[in-house]
Amino acid sequence: MAEATVETTNTTESGTLLEVNNLVKHFPIQKGFLKRTVGSVRAVDDVSFSVTQGKTLGLVGESGCGKTTTSRCILRAIDPTSGQILFRKEDGETVDVATMPYQPLRDLRRDMQMIFQDPYGSLNPRMSLFDIVGEPLLVHGMKSSSERADRVAELLRLVGLRPEYMRRFPHAFSGGERQRIGIARALALNPRLVVADEPVSALDVSVQAQVINLLQEIQESLNLTYLFVAHDLSVVRHIADEVAVMYVGKIVELGDTEKIFANPKHPYTSALLSSVPIPDPSVRQDRIILQGEVANPANPPSGCYFHPRCEYATDQCKTEEPQLELIDEGRWVSCHHAKDLDLTGLSAK
Amino acid sequence: MVQTEVSAKQLPLLSVNDLKVHFHTDEGIVKAVDGVSFDIMPGKTMGVVGESGCGKSTLGRTLLQIIEKPGLIDDGSIVLRSEDEEGNPYEIDIVNEHSNSRTMRAVRGQDIALVFQEPMTSFSPVHTIGNQIKEAIRLHHDVSEKEAQDRALELVTQVGIPNPAQRLSEYSFQLSGGLRQRAMIAMALSCEPKLLIADEPTTALDVTTQAQILDLLRDLQQQNGMAIMLITHNLGVIAEMADDVVVMYLGRAVETGNVNDIFHSPQHPYTQGLLRSIPSIYEKGIEKLPSIKGSIPHPFNRPSGCTFRPRCPSYMEGVCDLNDPVFLDIEGTSQAVACFLHHPPDGSSTNGSESA
Repeated sequence: MAEATVETTNTTESGTLLEVNNLVKHFPIQKGFLKRTVGSVRAVDDVSFSVTQGKTLGLVGESGCGKTTTSRCILRAIDPTSGQILFRKEDGETVDVATMPYQPLRDLRRDMQMIFQDPYGSLNPRMSLFDIVGEPLLVHGMKSSSERADRVAELLRLVGLRPEYMRRFPHAFSGGERQRIGIARALALNPRLVVADEPVSALDVSVQAQVINLLQEIQESLNLTYLFVAHDLSVVRHIADEVAVMYVGKIVELGDTEKIFANPKHPYTSALLSSVPIPDPSVRQDRIILQGEVANPANPPSGCYFHPRCEYATDQCKTEEPQLELIDEGRWVSCHHAKDLDLTGLSAK
Repeated sequence: MVQTEVSAKQLPLLSVNDLKVHFHTDEGIVKAVDGVSFDIMPGKTMGVVGESGCGKSTLGRTLLQIIEKPGLIDDGSIVLRSEDEEGNPYEIDIVNEHSNSRTMRAVRGQDIALVFQEPMTSFSPVHTIGNQIKEAIRLHHDVSEKEAQDRALELVTQVGIPNPAQRLSEYSFQLSGGLRQRAMIAMALSCEPKLLIADEPTTALDVTTQAQILDLLRDLQQQNGMAIMLITHNLGVIAEMADDVVVMYLGRAVETGNVNDIFHSPQHPYTQGLLRSIPSIYEKGIEKLPSIKGSIPHPFNRPSGCTFRPRCPSYMEGVCDLNDPVFLDIEGTSQAVACFLHHPPDGSSTNGSESA
């Protein structure tokens, strides 16, 4: 993928809202009194993908695979070590978020917003709904309180809450309602890209379905683009158009949701899919039980990071690092044997 | 899958009857468990499923009499059928035992063991894994230090922990989530319990690790023939592991039955709604996901009558809000439900669905 970095002049193709090229984020490991850097955690290690305007990209993987770090880098909540994050602004100009100076970045943040996982931790208990949802408006220059109140009322209605609740505090709301408040706050500035980091995983099943529906409705009505970070694969299948599967800081497979679920090309994707418990007792299937544990991103194995757990690993996998390659239309896989393997996926019976 | 032959005469290992556990707080009474009945057969897996606040964890803790204050068992019985050292069967009602009695302390670990959701907080961080497992063994068996050590090593090997001898001398924070949960299971198995209560054993784990742990639990059950009470909110895990299921909502069991019947022909509107609201992993959802309207009420604002009534699509005014539904069997199935669609309040039994 090294050749992609030189093409900095390459403007993103039309329809692409976000293009991430060779994104890297290393966290230094510091030791001792002088805090010398003795190594680094490769949280995100050369990740590239793009998201089409109005579509949803699902970023899946197990804990510690770097999906949250990737999403935070895209918003510049943390600074990436290297790589490009090309974002197409409303006027058609493409900017690199990764190297943007502070002031223009602040303006750009109107266009990119985040929904958090924990509906309890992400709302300040001392702020009323008006303050919470109205804060982004205030920060971005809407000084008049009555204007803000109108906009907050509109937003609350949009997410299915009653505007009369505006003066209440978060403790009065259930988990699902709090998540709606978080969504209203993210929508306050009419963003074009919404990064949703596990937005439904803290919710109960019966409430989760409501929030998924809400996210889909507002996507349609506001033409939003989602980067949907999740570990629940059935939720991802429901909501995402494209999926990127991450393992130890790298994307191992990227492509159309349907195709990946029905016909995975990377052994890790196949194992991940087969691990999902299916809510139907008549399909107690033979699953692929992966041996061992997820590799340590501070000390990853040589060659393919997945090789110690992969049943198809050969000597090549132990020494040579695979690259993310296009093996089919819109289908990227990082595996030496992607073309030869016949892996099982999940398809309707 | 399970070896144990269930003869018609076989008695349940544990019978819970109309159990009520209430928390007497300053603000009022929280009815965490409010009339739950079910049986656990030896060697079988009973799945308890429900959303947050439905009382499933309190139920699990009540079976061991380790309810947190100010919770009290207000009513009901928990009959445990066990055998003494000579193999003579006896019965005890856990409700009648004081939580700190000699009997109760013997039941814990020996007859019923518990695996918690959070393996990080359930282990002591200042004792090694090996010492904690040995402590459990020596509390229940009169064995030497050496024998306990050997048994602990055998247990951690059995649960598939790599480098078992080294791991025994490590502390819980040195282990990954999956290994910690394996160590927790090893400790729970140390006295060969007849019933293992697993309270959300895989919720904190990733799917691939979850698959490993579920596989382990199934293998251990086949080897030891123990019964498992699996408490979880994940219907996928229930479908995979359970033989029988209890569906709980706001402290009450709303439906029980065989796992196939529950998943293929759910009878209670809550079970139906819950199963419909899970996105399918097999196909892309084109349509809206069916959801249950509203949210779980606060425990202080329990609705009168049927607790599910404000969210129920089949709510019948004048029926559901005035009477408490009774938990009754549905003839011709393994299921029992607490719903007026099936058992109108006048007592005559119809099979439901004609009125909505």
